[in-house]
Amino acid sequence: MIENRPGLNLLAHATLILGVCIVALPVWVAFVASTHGATDFMSGTIPMWPGPHLVENYSKMLGAGVSTSGTPPVGTMMFNSLIMALSIAIGKIAISVLSAFAVVYFRFPFRGLAFWCIFITLMLPVEVRIVPTFQVVADLGLLNSYAGLSVPLIASATATFLFRQVFLTIPDELTEAARIDGAGPMKFFRDILLPLSRTNIAALFVILFIYGWNQYLWPLLITTSSDYYTIVAGIKRMADAVDGLPQWHLVMATAMLAMLPPVAVVIGMQRLFVKGLVETEK
Amino acid sequence: MKRTIFSNQLLPWLLLAPQLIITFIFFLWPAAQAVRQSFLREDAFGTRSTFVGFENFTYLWNSPEYFHSLKVTAVFAISVTILSMGVALLLAIAVDRMIKSTRVYTTLLVWPYAVAPAVAGILWWFIFNPTIGIMPYLLGQLGYDWNHISSKTDAMLLVVIASAWKQISYNFLFFLAGLQSIPGSLREAAAIDGAGPVRRFFDITFPLLSPTTFFLLVVNIVYAMFDTFGVIDATTEGGPAQATNIMVYKVYFDGFIGQNIGSSAAQSVVLMMLVLMLTVVQFRFVEKKVAY
Repeated sequence: MIENRPGLNLLAHATLILGVCIVALPVWVAFVASTHGATDFMSGTIPMWPGPHLVENYSKMLGAGVSTSGTPPVGTMMFNSLIMALSIAIGKIAISVLSAFAVVYFRFPFRGLAFWCIFITLMLPVEVRIVPTFQVVADLGLLNSYAGLSVPLIASATATFLFRQVFLTIPDELTEAARIDGAGPMKFFRDILLPLSRTNIAALFVILFIYGWNQYLWPLLITTSSDYYTIVAGIKRMADAVDGLPQWHLVMATAMLAMLPPVAVVIGMQRLFVKGLVETEK
Repeated sequence: MKRTIFSNQLLPWLLLAPQLIITFIFFLWPAAQAVRQSFLREDAFGTRSTFVGFENFTYLWNSPEYFHSLKVTAVFAISVTILSMGVALLLAIAVDRMIKSTRVYTTLLVWPYAVAPAVAGILWWFIFNPTIGIMPYLLGQLGYDWNHISSKTDAMLLVVIASAWKQISYNFLFFLAGLQSIPGSLREAAAIDGAGPVRRFFDITFPLLSPTTFFLLVVNIVYAMFDTFGVIDATTEGGPAQATNIMVYKVYFDGFIGQNIGSSAAQSVVLMMLVLMLTVVQFRFVEKKVAY
C-alpha cells in the first residue's frame, strides 16, 4: 500500500468479490444440481438454490452408482483414484529421490548420458505419444491393473531436478562429517539427506497427488473393466450414458465427489501446495 | 558440483535403475516407436505395414484438415492464455493492495487448480447446456441464441472458458508472488514524484513483472496445447465440424478412433518437435534474457 485511496480499495474489494463469485459459480451450480431430484430438471432452467435430495443422491452414488451407465459405484471409483494418485505420488518421489542422489553424490561413467535420458522425459507428455505407449502397456499385459494405471506415469524429470537442486544446497561439510564418522552412502542418504528434504518431499507430494488424481486420458484408455475405472475418467462415461436420459443430479453429485479430495488437499495444505507449485517450476 | 562424493561405482547404477528402466520402457521406446511408425503405413486390416518414407508427413503438410487443426490450436491456445492471464493479473493486483485479507482471498481463488480438466469441462458444459443451463437462459434474455452443439463459435468459447477458468488460480499465484517481490520503495518513489496508480502500474509494476509474465506465457501455451485434452473430450469431442479439434486431440482421435496409426504417429512426431521447441524457449530465453 503506497497511499491511502479508499475509492481504489473499494474497487479492489469489488473486483475480488466478483472474481471469487465467477470462480465459484460452476461449483455452486453443480452443488445445487446435485441436491435436487431427477424431475427438477424437466422444467426449463436449473434451480439456483439447494434442494432436499442431498443425502439421498450422494449415498446413492457412493453405494450403488448408476447401473444403466455401466459404471461401478462412485465409492469404488474413488478408491481406484486414491490408489492411483498415491502410487503415482509415492512412486515418483521414491525413484526421483534415488536417482537425484546418484547423480549428485557419485561420479561414474555415462553420468551425463543418464541425466539426459531422464531430462528428455520432460519433453514427452503422455498425450503426445499416446498410441505407442498404449501398445507397450498392452504388450506387457498391464491393461486393467493398478500397475498399468500408475507405473507408466511415474518417471518424472521435474521431481529429479527438484531433488537435485535440494541436494546441491546441502553443505559438503555434512557429507564430510558423515564420512569421517564412518557412514556409508546409504546410511548418509537415510539419516541425513532424507530428513533434510522432508518439507520438499511433502510439498511435492501435494502437487503429485493432485496430478495423479486428475489423470484422465490414461485411465480412460487402459481400463476397459469397470472394476478399475477411476472417478475422473468414469464421470465422462456416466455423462455420455445419461445423454438420452438426463440424470444431471447424479452426474453433478459425482463431479462434486471427484473434486472433493484434491480441493481439500489444496485448501488444507495451502502452504505446502504453494511451495510445491513454485519449486517444481524452477 | 559436490566436492565430497562417494566412490562406489555399482551403487549409483542401482539407484538410477528404477528411473532409467521406466524411462526406457514407457518414454524412450514409445517415442522411438512413434518415429518408426511415422515412416510406415499399415494396410486396411492392420496386418502388414510398408515403409513409405516421408509420405505421412507430406500428407499432413498437404492436408487442409491438419492445417485447420493447427489454426484451431493457435486460436484456442492464444485465447486461453490471454483470458486466464488477464483475469489472474487483475485479481493479483487487487489482492496485492490488501493487507489483512490477502490470505482469505488467496484461499478462495487457488482451489480450482485442483479440479481435473475433465471435471472442469463437465461443469461448464452443464452451465452452458442449451436446454437447461443458466447461461443460455441469461443469454437468451439478451437475445443471443447459445448452442455449442451446432455453433462453432459457441463450442470454441465453451472450451476456452472451461480451460481458462481452471488455469486462473495458477497464474494468480505466480503473478501475486511476482508483485510481492517488487520493492515497495520503487512505487513509493514514483508516488512521491506524483505518478498516479495507473501510471505506476504501466511504468514500474508491469515492466518489473515481465519475467513472471514471460514464464507464464510459455507455461500457459503448453497447458492449452497439451493438458486440455480432458476439457475437449468431456465437452465437444473436437466438434462441431472439427471446430475444437486441437492437435493433441487429433493425435488421439486419428490413432484410436480413426485407426490411422501412421498419420497419428507423424502427428506425434510433429507435436514432440513443438514441445522440444517450447522447452528450449522456456529454459534458454525465459531464464536468461529476462532479468529478475
